[in-house]
Amino acid sequence: MAQNTRVTAKKLFIFAACMFGFGYVMVPMYDLLCDVTGLNGKTGEVSQVKAESMHVDMNRLVTVEFDTNVNPALPWKFKASEFKMNVHPGEIAEAVFVVENTSNKPVVGQAVPSLVPALASLYFDKTECFCFTAQLLEPGERKEMIVRYVVGSELPENISTMTLSYTFFKAPDSDDVAVSEKESVKAISSKS
Amino acid sequence: MSYAAVHEDDHHDHDHKPTGIGRWLFSTNHKDIGTMYLVFSLIMFFIGGAMAMVIRAELFQPGLQFVDPQFFNSMTTVHALVMIFGAVMPAGVGLANWMIPMMIGAPDMAMPRMNNMSFWILPFAFTLLLATFFMQGGAPAGGWTMYPPLVLQLGDGFPFLIFAVHFLGISSIMGAINIIATVFNMRAPGMTFMRLPLFVWTWIITAFLLIAAMPVLAGAVTMLLTDKFFGTAFFDAAGGGDPVLFQHVFWFFGHPEVYILVLPSFGIISQIIPTFARKPLFGYASMVYATASIAFLSFFVWAHHMFTVGMPLAGELFFMYATMAIAVPTGVKVFNWTATMWKGSMTFETPMLFAIGVLFMFTLGGFSGLMMGITPVDFQYHDTYFIVAHFHYVLVPGIVFGIISGVYYWMPKWTGHMYDEKLGKLHFWTSTISVNVLFFPMHFIGLAGMPRRIPDYSTQFTDWNMIISIGGFAFGLSQLILVWVVIKCIRGGEKATDQVWEGAHGLEFTLSSPPPFHSFTTPPEVTDATAHS
Ligand code: HEM
Ligand SMILES: [Cu+2]
Repeated sequence: MAQNTRVTAKKLFIFAACMFGFGYVMVPMYDLLCDVTGLNGKTGEVSQVKAESMHVDMNRLVTVEFDTNVNPALPWKFKASEFKMNVHPGEIAEAVFVVENTSNKPVVGQAVPSLVPALASLYFDKTECFCFTAQLLEPGERKEMIVRYVVGSELPENISTMTLSYTFFKAPDSDDVAVSEKESVKAISSKS
Repeated sequence: MSYAAVHEDDHHDHDHKPTGIGRWLFSTNHKDIGTMYLVFSLIMFFIGGAMAMVIRAELFQPGLQFVDPQFFNSMTTVHALVMIFGAVMPAGVGLANWMIPMMIGAPDMAMPRMNNMSFWILPFAFTLLLATFFMQGGAPAGGWTMYPPLVLQLGDGFPFLIFAVHFLGISSIMGAINIIATVFNMRAPGMTFMRLPLFVWTWIITAFLLIAAMPVLAGAVTMLLTDKFFGTAFFDAAGGGDPVLFQHVFWFFGHPEVYILVLPSFGIISQIIPTFARKPLFGYASMVYATASIAFLSFFVWAHHMFTVGMPLAGELFFMYATMAIAVPTGVKVFNWTATMWKGSMTFETPMLFAIGVLFMFTLGGFSGLMMGITPVDFQYHDTYFIVAHFHYVLVPGIVFGIISGVYYWMPKWTGHMYDEKLGKLHFWTSTISVNVLFFPMHFIGLAGMPRRIPDYSTQFTDWNMIISIGGFAFGLSQLILVWVVIKCIRGGEKATDQVWEGAHGLEFTLSSPPPFHSFTTPPEVTDATAHS
């Protein structure tokens, strides 16, 4: 192989390797972009102190709706106590959700939030949420969980309603999951 | 000079032509490898085609007739993978192997051994993929786009799917590097870049797209693999990941991929149209720049495949305008091809017929692409038969016809015999009529709301589906004519001249038909007069 061929080929192989790396770089880039734009509706977190110091806009009322979903692999029931609330921007509000483990095994679940319109998620912050950590439910256990949140008063004028959606998934890393994971795999392969 | 060096490298098959199975297994000759690519592609075309026939048989009537839904979904998924990675891409690489060294005045490809490897990886990769049909859980059925979480539910076949994609990626990256190294280092004296035939130009640009895009796909499927088996959570919402991220990574590869498929076809018809219009290509330089801008822009439009996943308005608008922008350089190309024919003394041999078919029907597919690029209306078109109509117009009469036109155009050069012109024309007309009966009505049922990738449908779609299926069977059968023409042409026929076609220009037509085993052992001198047509 000629010298210049070898040089060209080497450069191109390095380029290909860089592009493989670029595929992985897209992961943090995507997270960053989502943070900046609210793209995937991920909501923020603030301290109680900071939330309390926010200016409350008593002249404005916005509606927050709640939507609840359970991934089929998780044997739970999940509902919001109230389906919507009217709040003043800047005021700290609290919503209550109810979950129930309908299986006869302890199961760990993780809730994943998402807010639409995505733009609103930049102004939607929580001081406390059951989605911050995984939740363990004993067989048949039923429990109430809360979200404490505040809608920033800088929320653009044209947004009057937002929907906060939660989906409960089976937590990927927990002991009981190992057992139930196998079951779900079985369920899938028996279906197919 | 690189020629001497390549010769030393190759001296085992320098002066004798190896024979028997070893000739093919260990071949480092660009023509033999090109032939193997083309034959492989033809076999895959029929395997993928058989799957399409199953799909159309099932959809002939509403209700479930022949196959269960899981198998139907495997058919659509594997049909697409086989056609894209097994039929179209290898055909393009095969033509590049055969023609590029001859077109630039080189004796062979720059890296003959790597060439051999990149071919032989393909049958291996497709064995992995097709073996999944016999595994627990069946073949991939979640769509060729492999979206999680659905694709993660695939049974034992899952790692085979992923490794098959890895191998296909490695093969095409090696092929692409070889092509670039060949064109950059082995051009004959006087063959400057702006004298390269357009087929060579489109292939350089395609090769760069391959090297930029395929590794990203490899990364995406590797993430799927680690998500499934090694506890990562790139796309697992419960673990903090996001399944939509996969769509972004996939389509960052996926849209450039559609241009990887189509650019060689553009190159082929840019050779053929001037030959049969007996006029030089109109706007050579603008063709090169248009091709390069299409390739560049193709990296900024990927989210037009994701308008409905929920993007911010700014994103929807950006990707809408970027998609529209691609129509500009594409329009330049269509204009130039048309202007090449303007006032030319045209004749309509089979390659020209197929090339004109590409021009018309690719443009039709481009128009439906533009329609879908308008964000608000795409919400209606998305995931319906309208998009099936779109990509089949660009893929079948746009790309497969381009490849077929190239095969007819160069077949006399390869075999030394003219093919049967009557059968060639028959092949063109049966294919063109049936391809339109097959794909045109898909626009209607798509607009009326028939979803894609579904084995059953509401009864109001029955009539069109029957017509579509009939078109499908007719198109499938028509392709047998191609096989017959090729076999007949290899066996014998009227002796082809060196120039083959009256209006043909370019270095490949200065060689004998069939050309010598090593194309140009002494590099030809290229001047303005002998450069591209
Ligand atoms: C170069 C040849 C082309 C090929 C091979 C091609 C192929 C495809 C494929 C395979 C899909 C569907 C993917 C899927 O969802 O599974 C698609 C969708 C799409 N294509 Fe093309 N395309 C081509 C040209 C174009 C052009 C020129 C435009 C626009 C100017 C375009 C615009 C679109 C849009 C907007 C969609 C998304 C439709 C939807 O999902 O609702 N395409 N194309
Ligand atoms: Cu696209």
